[in-house]
Amino acid sequence: MDNSYRTGGQGGAGGRPRLPMRAKIATTVGGAAKTVSRLAGRDGSVIGGIVGLRLEPDLVSLLARGRHIVLVTGTNGKTTTTRLIGAALSPLGEEIASNVYGANMEAGLASALSSAPDARLAVLETDEKYIPAMVTATRPRVVVLLNLSRDQMDRAAEIWLLARRWREALAGAAGCRVVANADDPLVAWAASAAHEVTWVAAGQRWREDSWCCPHCGAHLYRKGDDWSCRECSNRRPPVSWVLAGENVIDPSGRVSPIRLALPGRANRSNAVVAMAVAESFGVGPAHALQALGQVTSVAGRYTQVRRNGCDVRLLLAKNPAGWLEALDVLEPPPTPVLLAVNAQGPDGRDTSWLWDVDYRRLRGRMVFVSGERALDLAVRLEADEVAFRLVDSLDEAISIGRAPRLEVLANYTAFQQYRAVVGRTE
Amino acid sequence: MTALRLVWIYPDLLSTYGDRGNALVLERRARLRGLPVEVVEVNSDQRVPPDGHIYLMGGGEDLPQTLAARRLNADGGVHEAVRRGAVLFAVCAGYQMLGLEFGGVDDTPVRGLGLLDMRSGRGERRAVGEIVADVDPVLNVPRLTGFENHQGVTRLGPQARPLSRTSVGVGNGDGTEGAYAGRVLGTYLHGPALVRNPGLADLLLFWAVGQLPPLPPEAEELAQRLREERLSAVTATAAD
Repeated sequence: MDNSYRTGGQGGAGGRPRLPMRAKIATTVGGAAKTVSRLAGRDGSVIGGIVGLRLEPDLVSLLARGRHIVLVTGTNGKTTTTRLIGAALSPLGEEIASNVYGANMEAGLASALSSAPDARLAVLETDEKYIPAMVTATRPRVVVLLNLSRDQMDRAAEIWLLARRWREALAGAAGCRVVANADDPLVAWAASAAHEVTWVAAGQRWREDSWCCPHCGAHLYRKGDDWSCRECSNRRPPVSWVLAGENVIDPSGRVSPIRLALPGRANRSNAVVAMAVAESFGVGPAHALQALGQVTSVAGRYTQVRRNGCDVRLLLAKNPAGWLEALDVLEPPPTPVLLAVNAQGPDGRDTSWLWDVDYRRLRGRMVFVSGERALDLAVRLEADEVAFRLVDSLDEAISIGRAPRLEVLANYTAFQQYRAVVGRTE
Repeated sequence: MTALRLVWIYPDLLSTYGDRGNALVLERRARLRGLPVEVVEVNSDQRVPPDGHIYLMGGGEDLPQTLAARRLNADGGVHEAVRRGAVLFAVCAGYQMLGLEFGGVDDTPVRGLGLLDMRSGRGERRAVGEIVADVDPVLNVPRLTGFENHQGVTRLGPQARPLSRTSVGVGNGDGTEGAYAGRVLGTYLHGPALVRNPGLADLLLFWAVGQLPPLPPEAEELAQRLREERLSAVTATAAD
């Protein structure tokens, strides 16, 4: 490919424009705040960015100038895919700026860029709502659209509206390649306005938000992964990358097994997307696949820890689509399962989404329920006739479970609380 | 008796956040009393059968809400069912649609189903949060607890009665919340509104099939605990 990125290619020494003095001060002060924040025991990834942004509102745009930017968005899998793309690009041997801890709003992006001032590549997880602004600010080389489904409704935007905003932003982004999931009708509609699209058949497990055509509203015809509108011309675009079970089919038609350390269909799907991005930077499928297999845990997700004689695995899922995929990944019985739900700000204060998840497959296995909103989950499981036991802590579940392993599935702050209990491993 | 038919209207367009919960709660509470239940999900490309006992309508974004109203008016099935005395329960966007008019995309007025004497439009601010409201005493239902997430303002006409008066939250925007007339009832409590309000679920079942035996206390225990937890959490915050 003539536009592939090569080590030592364009840019070179001094190739990146210098930052204006005010922006330089902003990144330096931001850096100092970050050190303080780290000493205070936080992740530090957002605070530095917020301090920096106060001094220089165009910081992200200045910091992005002269770099090759990849923006990654979608309702689920952003953090993991950002990490996987970073891995898939590692054969280039370049330093990569990335917000690998999931700080995905403007401040997090500024922080990631300012802490790697010499990196000419940047892979940036971006909150769904910020995509239009960040497309304008960073003039990305690639935008990745994974999926779009209902998320915490008390703080997230409505998704048809979001798809329309993505569409408008991408239509105006000349020179930007979009890598998009053709199997998600909302994503496909948004991406189809872009100038160049690499379509990936990445699959769609959760379909409750895409029964109707995002263009005209008619009920979609859906059969297998295929979809088309009966009342307008909107239909699934032809794809060049395919996730086929445990394999990937690349644009040359070659079939290769996907061997990941990360579990589940959703991660194989994320891996195929990462391969498509990597190829646009000149990294071929074989090299990308090998690098993807080395990723074992992403910001504590999928971490396995040993505690009180039990192997505990932590799984994070924040919304119905995420829970559906996570329930697929659970080890089969008799391994007990601990489900935990909170409703703090980052979780969404509204637990209605619990009613969108089908828990019936948990019938007949040992289930523990915990978290600040355990009762909401308990009532939900009762309606699905899933037997469960309420517990106050991870240790209580381990001790009652008396099993060699325990699967823990939690939403955002509940997950962070367990991570703190077991000790951060990365 | 024959099976209780629950008809869920347009889950493909009007199901944004846990709306399935209302069907599941009604189904469970009917079955526990020995009533057989049939749940019929009607998508927007299908006719609405007029012979159901309880109809459910959920929430939706502006565009799906407008499309759903247009299709339901053209279809006429739900109007026929209400004429035959069926129960209709709608939340959030579905509630607004029951009126004569509601605000669609960019607050453009859209013709509603005309099943409740009320009009809705867009308010200044979005109402997002827990809601507590005291139900019209005539209905004999304990106070409502739920979550609202909307920007609607609803004004009732003389043919509709307010379902409740808000103690916490916004509701219709004038101190009242929801509306009802005959067996048509709507509320701004969104999503699975019946989960924390089993009394309201039982009112709908009573309207549909008449007097029902009470549930054994153990079948109610978790829902009652959840209800109390939410009510005390919300009223504690409101008192601060």
